[in-house]
Amino acid sequence: MSETTSGGISGRMPAFLRRADPAVAAAFACIVVLLLLGSLYSRSFLSPEYLLQQLKVASFLGVIATGMMLVILLGQIDLSVPWAVAVGAMMACAAAAFGPAGVALAIPFGVLCGVAIGIVNGFGVAYLRIPSMIITLATNAVAQGLMVVYTGGFSPQDSATAAMRYLATGFFIPGLPNAVIIWALIGAAMVFVLTRTGFGRAVYGIGNRERAAYLSGVDTRRVVMIAFAVSGGLSAFGGVLLAGYASKAAQSMGDAYLLPSIAAVVLGGTSILGGRGSYLGTVAGVILITLLQSILSVMQMPEAGRQIIYGVVIVAMLLLYGRAPASR
Amino acid sequence: MKDWRYWLAEQRGTLLAFAIFIVMFVIYTSNHPAGFNANVVQTAANKGVLLAFVAMAQTLVVITAGIDLSVGMIFLLTNCLASWLVVGTPAQTALGVIAVLAAGVLCGAINGAIVIYGRLQPIVATIATGAVYYGIALLLRPFPGGSVNEDLADALTGRVLGVVPASLVVLLVIVLVVWVPFSRSVLGRAAYASGSSETAAYMSGVPIRRGKFAAYTLAGLLSAIGGLFLTFFTYTGEAAYASGNSYTLFSIAAVVLGGVSLFGGKGSAIGAIFGALAFRTIGDLLFVFDFDPLWQPLFQGGILLLAVSLGAFALFRVRNRLEWFL
Repeated sequence: MSETTSGGISGRMPAFLRRADPAVAAAFACIVVLLLLGSLYSRSFLSPEYLLQQLKVASFLGVIATGMMLVILLGQIDLSVPWAVAVGAMMACAAAAFGPAGVALAIPFGVLCGVAIGIVNGFGVAYLRIPSMIITLATNAVAQGLMVVYTGGFSPQDSATAAMRYLATGFFIPGLPNAVIIWALIGAAMVFVLTRTGFGRAVYGIGNRERAAYLSGVDTRRVVMIAFAVSGGLSAFGGVLLAGYASKAAQSMGDAYLLPSIAAVVLGGTSILGGRGSYLGTVAGVILITLLQSILSVMQMPEAGRQIIYGVVIVAMLLLYGRAPASR
Repeated sequence: MKDWRYWLAEQRGTLLAFAIFIVMFVIYTSNHPAGFNANVVQTAANKGVLLAFVAMAQTLVVITAGIDLSVGMIFLLTNCLASWLVVGTPAQTALGVIAVLAAGVLCGAINGAIVIYGRLQPIVATIATGAVYYGIALLLRPFPGGSVNEDLADALTGRVLGVVPASLVVLLVIVLVVWVPFSRSVLGRAAYASGSSETAAYMSGVPIRRGKFAAYTLAGLLSAIGGLFLTFFTYTGEAAYASGNSYTLFSIAAVVLGGVSLFGGKGSAIGAIFGALAFRTIGDLLFVFDFDPLWQPLFQGGILLLAVSLGAFALFRVRNRLEWFL
């Protein structure tokens, strides 16, 4: 639509710029600005080692945000991320304590537990028509309760398996961390699903208008349920990777991923109302958030200041390009 | 003749919440080792009132079809602020109380301004402002500490005439001063109307923006009253992230139990208060039955899941499948 209406300056710009979503372009511009600001503070900000390290840290958030994006594209939200992450990490580590078979099945078991949480969410949203915000908060509380009972309120003693550590910290291709490769693979799969399959089309359709999608013959309830299951699974997989990174699971390890994952998706230009957004934007959002966190921690900002800046930046960026259209 | 029927239909959620609360409270006190006496009621009231204030705050926003995920953080922020300001002579204490309430109003007004005039989605906007409020709380109290005017604190958490818990009296006063006038004013009606159907409300010339803004602002005020009371109970200020989060979560649970529709336009703060009291009582049932406290989070989560699933019964009344999709 914008191609037909935009003229003047944009008409003279290269094609790839003209087609770019302004929100995605703004997010990438913010990344460049952050890097420049960082390099004023310390020269090492532009070194390849630092950038690669940031990409590795970003990949954990990237995996989690991928699932979140799928749900947000539907016009829903998944607030069960914190404990889906923790459940994935704890259950994978717990499975590792059950002999060689447990070690082999640790990663799939952790992910499956996340999928189970996602299925409960999806069933509640799709079939019981409970607002996603509420049911995911409730499953988050239940998951937390289960883990508190299981661990006795302390961080579990089981440690991550070698495979988990390899996935999170190893180097399959020299110089390129495995976590980044995993994020790239998951991202590529997501782009394929969203742009080349009927499922992806249905996701965008439901996000725009579920009624219309239903009347067009899409089994919307199944699509919603699968999307939530995928989101739960990816959150848990993110938890598995994090456990591999820190070599153990911890209580409330997922708390730090709820706001960033939503913020990354929304800052990347995906509409929180659903139906609009590209994966490229989510990638930009994830990198943007990770860089912001990194710069704040390099500046030795205390936790309080970090939270404040973080919230202010998100509100400010959304006010710049994430506003709903004026209703009148 | 049919007046009472309309009234009954309107108040069904509130009455149901009241009934659940009474049943739970009877089970609770009849199994309590100390039995039903003024002390037990006072302790239960003090715990319940905190959540009741936050749930009232959440109700105001939910009525406009929004959601405020920062109520728990405003609650923490005002708690930390009160542990600095509500001290000293009676005059200083009074000023401190006013300052704390003003801070709450300001937080609520910021939320309202961002959501209404900034046109951001309430979920994202209040999660982000919640992070800011938590950051400020942490700035005020990096470590738990501080103090509060203990005379005032004891007076407001004690008993009136030796029987009635003072916190319940305060709750009643707040309901009469804040909720009743609001719900009967033009602004309150605008908040309900915009939650029910924003387009229709706009077409009818209802001041939606002012109504919503008032709802968000009063939500900040009510959370601040909750935070003030937390300080009165604990005598300290503490920026505990988990506590703020759970108050936000429980406020939503209380609102749902209290019969307030999350789609907006339906329900009352009175219902949410009984929802909050019922939720707290259910959570405490575990203790009188001697369960391991470790089970409490799971138990509360289960109740929350059950409570939100109950809404699904409305699906049976849907005649046209298209009504599944709002």
